Amino acid sequence: MQTQSRSGASKGTSPLFGSMKGATGPLIGLILLCAFLTVATDTFFSVRNFLNILDQITVLGIMAVGMTFVILIGGIDLAVGSVMALTMMVLGYLNVELGVAMGIAIPASLAAAALNGLVAGILITRFNVPAFIATLAMMSITRGLANMITNGQQIIGFPAWFNMSAIIRYGGFLTLTVALMLVVFVLGLLYQRYRYGGRALYAIGGNPEVARLAGINVTLMTVMVYVVCSVLAGVSGIVLGARLDSVQPSSGVGYELDAIAAVVIGGTSLSGGTGGIGGTVIGVLIIGVLRNGLNLLSVSPFMQQVVIGAVIVLAVTAETFRKRK
Amino acid sequence: MTAPAPILSLRAIRKSYGSVEVLHGVDLDIFPGEVVALLGENGAGKSTVSNVISGTVQPSSGDMTWLGASYAPASPRAAMDAGVGMIHQELKLLPQLSIAENVFVGRYLMKGGRIDRKAMEDRAQAGLKRLGLDIPPSRLVEGLSTANQQLIEIAKALTLNARLLILDEPTAALGGDETQLLFRQIERLKADGVGIIYISHRLEEIRQIADRIIVMRDGAKVQEFDRGDVPVRAIVESMVGRSLDRMFPAVPSPSDEVTLDVRGLTSPTNTFRDISFSVRKGEVFGIAGLMGAGRTELVRAITGADPIARGTVMLDGQDITPRSPIEAIRNGMVLVPEDRKLQGVVLDHSIAENIAYANLPELTRGGWITARRLNAFADGFIQKFGVKGQGHQNAGELSGGNQQKVVLAKWLARNPRVVVLDEPTRGIDVGARSSIYELIMDLARSGVSVIVVSSDLEEVLGVSNRIMVMAQGKQAGILDRKDANDVSIMELATL
Repeated sequence: MQTQSRSGASKGTSPLFGSMKGATGPLIGLILLCAFLTVATDTFFSVRNFLNILDQITVLGIMAVGMTFVILIGGIDLAVGSVMALTMMVLGYLNVELGVAMGIAIPASLAAAALNGLVAGILITRFNVPAFIATLAMMSITRGLANMITNGQQIIGFPAWFNMSAIIRYGGFLTLTVALMLVVFVLGLLYQRYRYGGRALYAIGGNPEVARLAGINVTLMTVMVYVVCSVLAGVSGIVLGARLDSVQPSSGVGYELDAIAAVVIGGTSLSGGTGGIGGTVIGVLIIGVLRNGLNLLSVSPFMQQVVIGAVIVLAVTAETFRKRK
Repeated sequence: MTAPAPILSLRAIRKSYGSVEVLHGVDLDIFPGEVVALLGENGAGKSTVSNVISGTVQPSSGDMTWLGASYAPASPRAAMDAGVGMIHQELKLLPQLSIAENVFVGRYLMKGGRIDRKAMEDRAQAGLKRLGLDIPPSRLVEGLSTANQQLIEIAKALTLNARLLILDEPTAALGGDETQLLFRQIERLKADGVGIIYISHRLEEIRQIADRIIVMRDGAKVQEFDRGDVPVRAIVESMVGRSLDRMFPAVPSPSDEVTLDVRGLTSPTNTFRDISFSVRKGEVFGIAGLMGAGRTELVRAITGADPIARGTVMLDGQDITPRSPIEAIRNGMVLVPEDRKLQGVVLDHSIAENIAYANLPELTRGGWITARRLNAFADGFIQKFGVKGQGHQNAGELSGGNQQKVVLAKWLARNPRVVVLDEPTRGIDVGARSSIYELIMDLARSGVSVIVVSSDLEEVLGVSNRIMVMAQGKQAGILDRKDANDVSIMELATL
């Protein structure tokens, strides 16, 4: 009986509606980081630099949304970097080598990405392969396929508008790629908070057996989550292709770890069931601002890796500490 | 009888967390060779007392004496070294290691810098022998029955020369035979002069095993009985602090109309075979049997949670044999599962969300769900079922009884035709049980067919119109309320 009276005062975190609640720590971190960089450099605090940062995080941002869904259900997807490369190569091959119009080549390349997620999802749900292993295998297979398309060569020669979509700032500030990322963020947030499926993800991540007994189609949802994550990885690949005006099969190596880092920094638990897109957006911004700031401070790229590693540790320990209290 | 010196004495033990005192000066003596039952509702302070003795929690004030000397264990290890063996409710054995390794885990016997496997196995064997267990100590723990695992925990404590054992709900996962086996070993230990503190919710077995009974309520000792065979009612009244008019509400009479008809149901693994029964509208149908009789598997199969090899489930004459929980739920058949914490609620999600999880389609308008709609929906059920908590609180903060109400609420929102409750009051304190029973009767009165699986005989007898007894996967018989008593059920269950 005591447990009931005691609990009245404490405020439970609401993973569904409070997708930002769990991210207050990261948000404070982001604000402190910006404040520090504003003081430490002359160039950080300017509209121009902020637009730069937005441009730089588009690829990571889109990919991290899909990764958030996967981690929310207690899974992991190591294949996103490879899926990204495969999508880029399929797009380049169709458009440049075969002359297929972009309007067809883009959906077709995304279909290839979706197929990857479908295979991973089926391995995980039907054959009970642990997500880590299934996506590790897909990571290798997909990377190999991406390389096979051109035997490891890059492809250039996309239509001019493709590259321009990442360069021209409409209304003085929004490139098409940044706009795309913002749309993905908003759709992700709305889905997670207000759609049947979004809410079911939390139930599955919290406890798959409870979710199954509650009549949620856990198998289907799990497969769909991997498909969506792969498609978003594909979209981020197309964005990267637009930014570089070329595609190469070695793109995206190690991106899966950046995406996982962004999700974890944003407060989503690797054990599933808590966190969300709101936190991930902040996690992506922290990584983007940090890289940008370290460049402005002329910190070497090697040192940057050390700093980002330290930030991951800091974010996760701060979260654990807060929970224990 | 001469009075020997107690093994352990507690004097005026108090414990506070911040400004909240949870133990208000407890006195306790444990003598060699006796079983002292420590009883009380959840939150009465039993666990705190056992944690103080076993060194997990340090008292704020008061003295303890162990074999005549002052005793203040700073850690569980210190208590273990002194001779206190704490056997937790959840077994803490490592399934992939051998029995001997489990016994000596963390304190491996060494010889010449290497682990002395032989010595460990010999000493583990001695411990097992003392309990009359004939299992080779080199065997892996995985696959041993729960009762045997329990005994290995005890053997572990004995190998560490425990003089005092604290058994926390040792029979919670045991069937009747296994319980008797455990009791015989406890008798042996008593003869050896070991003192035992026995914590349990099962009051019937206390009569059988306890030499003395200490009842706690709200962090204080409220009553002490100098013998074990005290009427259950007297103990319960002392535990809840009021006299009980009746433990069980009146059972309503069902209509003649059959709702659920199960025909020849058999599981793919033969955990249950050829089960046939029917449940009428408004009937409470009890299923009794020993642990491992296949009761849980049967009701999980009926509600689509486990596969069915043969047989049919008919609802209102229609074959609806479910292949998944989704199919069963669509037909209005819902399960309140056995393990609340693993299958019933998501502990670190809020009450409102837990209630919503089974009702997401109903809460959706054109694909969208809003916080306001969800909270209003949940609040309605929180009030209706008297859940002592608010929608935003995490389910893990609630007591067992209130968690169970949350599980019930999430299903009853769907107006089910058949509700299956598997061990509905396990781990729930006596006071909260009656409100669960009331809910069951309300369901029956409203025409729902209710199936109650329970290992608690008194409970099955108290709530059911009819009782099916299962034994080793087969149905041993169906008893009418007027013919059923603990003897007739046990006769069938041990067939």
